[in-house]
Amino acid sequence: MEPFQHLDAVAAPMAAPNVDTDQIIPARFLWRKRHEGWGHLLFHDLRFADDGAPKPEFVLNRSAYREARILVADANFGCGSSREAAVWSLYDYGFRAVIAVSFGDIFFSNSFQNGLLPIVLPAERVAALRSELEQRPGAHIVVDLAAETVRGPDGTVDRLTVDPFRKELLLAGTDDISFTLQHRDAIAAFEKAYEADVPWI
Amino acid sequence: MATTLLDKIWAAHAILVRPDGATLLSIDRHLVHDGSSNAFRALKERGLGVRRPDRTFATPDHYVPTLRRDLTASEPHRRGMIEDLDAHAAASNVTLFGLSDRRQGIVHVVGPEQGLSQPGMIIVCGDSHTATHGAVGALAFGIGASEVAHVLATQTLWQKKPKNMRITVDGMLAPGVHAKDVILAIIATISAAGATGHAIEYAGSTIRALSIEGRLTICNMSIEAGARAGMVAPDETTFAYLKGRPYAPEGADWDRAVAHWTSLTSDADAQFDREVRLDAAEIAPMVTWGTSPETAAPITARIPDPASAADAGRRDMMQRALAYMDLKPGTPLADIAIDRVFVGSCTNSRIEDLRAAARVANGRRTVIPAMIVPGSGLVKAQAEAEGLDVIFKRAGFEWREAGCSMCVGMNGDLVAAGERCASTSNRNFVGRQGKGARTHLLSPAMAVAAAVTGKLTDVRQLLRS
Repeated sequence: MEPFQHLDAVAAPMAAPNVDTDQIIPARFLWRKRHEGWGHLLFHDLRFADDGAPKPEFVLNRSAYREARILVADANFGCGSSREAAVWSLYDYGFRAVIAVSFGDIFFSNSFQNGLLPIVLPAERVAALRSELEQRPGAHIVVDLAAETVRGPDGTVDRLTVDPFRKELLLAGTDDISFTLQHRDAIAAFEKAYEADVPWI
Repeated sequence: MATTLLDKIWAAHAILVRPDGATLLSIDRHLVHDGSSNAFRALKERGLGVRRPDRTFATPDHYVPTLRRDLTASEPHRRGMIEDLDAHAAASNVTLFGLSDRRQGIVHVVGPEQGLSQPGMIIVCGDSHTATHGAVGALAFGIGASEVAHVLATQTLWQKKPKNMRITVDGMLAPGVHAKDVILAIIATISAAGATGHAIEYAGSTIRALSIEGRLTICNMSIEAGARAGMVAPDETTFAYLKGRPYAPEGADWDRAVAHWTSLTSDADAQFDREVRLDAAEIAPMVTWGTSPETAAPITARIPDPASAADAGRRDMMQRALAYMDLKPGTPLADIAIDRVFVGSCTNSRIEDLRAAARVANGRRTVIPAMIVPGSGLVKAQAEAEGLDVIFKRAGFEWREAGCSMCVGMNGDLVAAGERCASTSNRNFVGRQGKGARTHLLSPAMAVAAAVTGKLTDVRQLLRS
């Protein structure tokens, strides 16, 4: 996993609540392999018409937002299916952070596993950021994970809350497996005691 | 200190707890399916093997054909996913209920059916409907591919403990009202994000009176209310369900297990971060009209008017949903014509679901294409032993082989663009059953009522006549 870098990038607004992972990546693409790349499939059916032409009204098809690396969504972003390809699609397109009122719990976990930072801010701040981005297409948001701040286009700074554990791994670019394998002995000792307690498992 | 069921299971599985609360949990059961190939590949690329093949069980479900049990007619990419699972399971010594095995089926049907899912366990699977297994008193939750690889490699997961939420449903369900209606009513009440960040414990006399099948249906849709996990404390119904199942404990172990399981309840004075109460008597047969499960309403209701929405965001969402669904505000739900019916999925494909469906189908005829897809080979065999397949076939239903099928269409069982499907599955998202497909979620009894009338229908009217 790549370490999470200081992020000063174009942000795109997406106002709809309950954007489920079926919208982010339709199920018919899920047989693909991780390394084949998923960015071109992101939001596929929202982004492209039946003939494959980009839908001009979709936010990422508007030239000012095409280089966006931060998405400002609404409530319950990434709800639904556990498909990690939703995160892969966002990441491969270039997104490194999503700001929302709330996230689907599994999407939230999956994001950290891939270096995509999910940021929860209060509803009124998320709405204000979206409105600024709509008024000034192409405006930047700055995410400083180390300092735990988000700076909006108008200079307003919000605190971002992140679990210290997740922050540590993101900044180091360490994934969970490498970290956990350092605790092999603790796992083995736990399993031995546990299986003595509940031998029928 | 008084603790909840979640607290107890959590504490019993905590290997390491960091000062910030991040906990390394030991995993009792890991269920894998034919969507797991990226996780197995990630493991292999790192030179790692499966740490606990004895705690890992596999069955193909998402990509399996339901017309027949062989893959000769399957498209290469679908066949590849199933063959991949076979190969990974064989190479890792993981028990596989493969396509030719009668025990094959939807992973969330197979786990409880085999007695793999037991009270007090932590059960994970790379599928958001893993909460299903919480019905037997387990902490069960869905994970993504990276976490699947992590569990394969270490049999553990780093998690932050969710908050405790209790949903209490008390009272008797009216005839024609089923577990599916209860969970749809719950989601309509608390919204699709109402339980985000929480594990739900379902409690109350209504839940207690439900069979394990009914509880599985309720827990299954916890994720549609935002909760990664949903659970019901184990009781005599749970023990009776598990006794004698292939992977359930036996003999002295059984007695020890039951003694332990009996202790797995929330203390009477345990505090929940959030409490919600519903009155069972007020729940009617439910259907959804929109593109989120939270748009569930009683079949006797009309489609709401976006103009009455609380705010602009909600109004906009309702308008988009109605446009996609091609529906008009004010239309009675019972006037909506249906093109196709699907009875199946990890929500509603167990024997009790098929019995409820057969009761309505018996002696009637479908007027639109309709299919019944049992949740496992064993559910199918049981239904056939009871003659339910004959009732369905006589009524004009297609009787298929076990799999996820038209819930998500990954095996090619798709709803065509513009078609309207009454479906016993769990998601009515845009494009869920196929690009441009329109989904109305409902119970198996209500689905059959739609199949025999060609429109959304209050099944209570058919039960009366």
